[in-house]
Amino acid sequence: MTLTVTDLRVSYRTLGGEVKALDGVSFGVRDGEILGLAGESGCGKTTLGKSLIRLDGRMRHVGGTVELDGRELPIADDRRMNAFRFHEVSLVPQYAMSALNPTRRIGRMVAELLKSRGVRLDRDKLERRLDLVGLPREVLDRYPLELSGGMKQRMVMVVSTLLDPSLLVADEITSALDVSTQKAVARALLGFRDSGFVKSMLFITHDLALTSHIADTIMVMYAGRLTEKAPADVMVKAPRHPYTRMLINSLPEVGVRHAERPLSGIAGSPPSLLDPPPGCRFRDRCPLADEGCAEDPPVTETEPDHFVACWKA
Amino acid sequence: MLRLDNVTKVFRTGTFGGRTVTAVGGVSFDVRPGEVVSLIGESGSGKSTIGRMILGLTPVTSGSITMDGAPVRPGKDYYRAVQGVFQDPFSCYNPVFKADRVFALVKEGYFPRVPAAEWERRVEAAVRDVRLNPGEVLGKYPHQLSGGQLQRMLIARALLLDLKLLVADEITSMLDASTRIDVLNLLAELKTRGLGVLYVTHDLSLGTYLAERTVVLRGGAVVEMGPTDLVFGDPRHPYTRALLAAVPRLNAPWEDPAPVTSCLCHESGSAGGDGRAAAGRMAEAGPGHLVACARLADCPPA
Repeated sequence: MTLTVTDLRVSYRTLGGEVKALDGVSFGVRDGEILGLAGESGCGKTTLGKSLIRLDGRMRHVGGTVELDGRELPIADDRRMNAFRFHEVSLVPQYAMSALNPTRRIGRMVAELLKSRGVRLDRDKLERRLDLVGLPREVLDRYPLELSGGMKQRMVMVVSTLLDPSLLVADEITSALDVSTQKAVARALLGFRDSGFVKSMLFITHDLALTSHIADTIMVMYAGRLTEKAPADVMVKAPRHPYTRMLINSLPEVGVRHAERPLSGIAGSPPSLLDPPPGCRFRDRCPLADEGCAEDPPVTETEPDHFVACWKA
Repeated sequence: MLRLDNVTKVFRTGTFGGRTVTAVGGVSFDVRPGEVVSLIGESGSGKSTIGRMILGLTPVTSGSITMDGAPVRPGKDYYRAVQGVFQDPFSCYNPVFKADRVFALVKEGYFPRVPAAEWERRVEAAVRDVRLNPGEVLGKYPHQLSGGQLQRMLIARALLLDLKLLVADEITSMLDASTRIDVLNLLAELKTRGLGVLYVTHDLSLGTYLAERTVVLRGGAVVEMGPTDLVFGDPRHPYTRALLAAVPRLNAPWEDPAPVTSCLCHESGSAGGDGRAAAGRMAEAGPGHLVACARLADCPPA
């Protein structure tokens, strides 16, 4: 296991009180595994990604532990986390445009970044990796402004993985890209894993179809909790949780026409996490819910590697 | 109803406007009442520029856009019939005021003589038309509503006018998968009322879900257009094929399109000197199915 997360609880401080964005999440990521994390906005997927790398000022670690390669990550301690960031855990943020310094040529920015971490720039290694993601070597002499969105995204991926971290957190990195650029970026990510530049990966997205292409395992979250986790092909073909099923049914595939087969969304909205209701959090929107769902459903392993949190599954 | 004829848009860039960029080059198509036309292209294909020209937000460099035979003249009469909804619903509302102020502004601007009680009835009807519960959304501030609710309220606002054409520019790309489909279904219902919809998107699966006809753009020029089932059932241009192959699907592996070997004209003939496509000659591949290819007869179907 590269990553073991046990009962992680993280909340946001707001004027209205504590928003329990992560409410007891446990899972593991194996060596070489790409875990796709999916769910609606506000389900806690970005919070989970951020918790593994840096809690910002509004976030508070309430409980639970995170273990990376057998060592506990001091996620609540911003200073001690510095030793792990970039070396052990690295992040590719959603907006590559704001991750690159606009006033520096990219090559110089990378050198300065490495220097600040006490590492010397290995120009050969950097250039080999640029080749791998299909960027010309000249980008190092350019300013970020001169690159397209997809090129910037790939550049940030190269920089983030330069020190061969154990875990890479990729947060919605393809949502701002076109389908063809999306494909190139996703393939580059797979290449990084296959070449061993990163051991394992957390791929956060709301696009289930894309996740199913690159992830080995998919985990679906809802209202700060895990709802289902299964190997990617099982998740797509035989989901067990009603939420996952409805989510997959609401995806329009190429060729599906409204006139022939109208799809339906999921009515209603997720509960407020300021004071989440007891029991199953999906029960207000769930077609199968009954009185039994007023009790918290435990996360059970229905088949090997298939975890579901539902009384009805 | 709406007709674009050889529409071209050239932007001046550089310090003194010394350089020019052809954002849209020689685009022609039309939108009929009760029809959804999807305009599909990647970033930089000029799809949003076309939407903005139709809405009169950007002047046309050459060519013409006509609505029921009359040229676009931005003003109250035009906006009564043609309205746009854009990608980011949050930036369309003033956070200081309640969200239903967008309806009040329509009354002030277009229907000042309608009595308040009658207007209230119309607003509630429009809100119900977009499948929202008036009690849930009226009298709330924008931050209390979800993106899907705000987006649907903007459509309701357009419905209060005597709307004939709705330009929907990437209206679902900021919404969740679960609410996205509700907004799309709503657009599909609107067309049964005789409304024409121009649905601008980069997402092919969403485009095919709704549209009767599809226009595929690349570098500002039309690559392929026609009935949706022909364009995506039997794509003839290699670009359309590549675009289709790049869409991630749930149950099928990513396919790599076969390299184009038989056709020489696609790559060399369709791109202009500045890397942008010039207005190409369109050949007919089927009924209403046009492909930008000078030697279509030599190209085998997929």
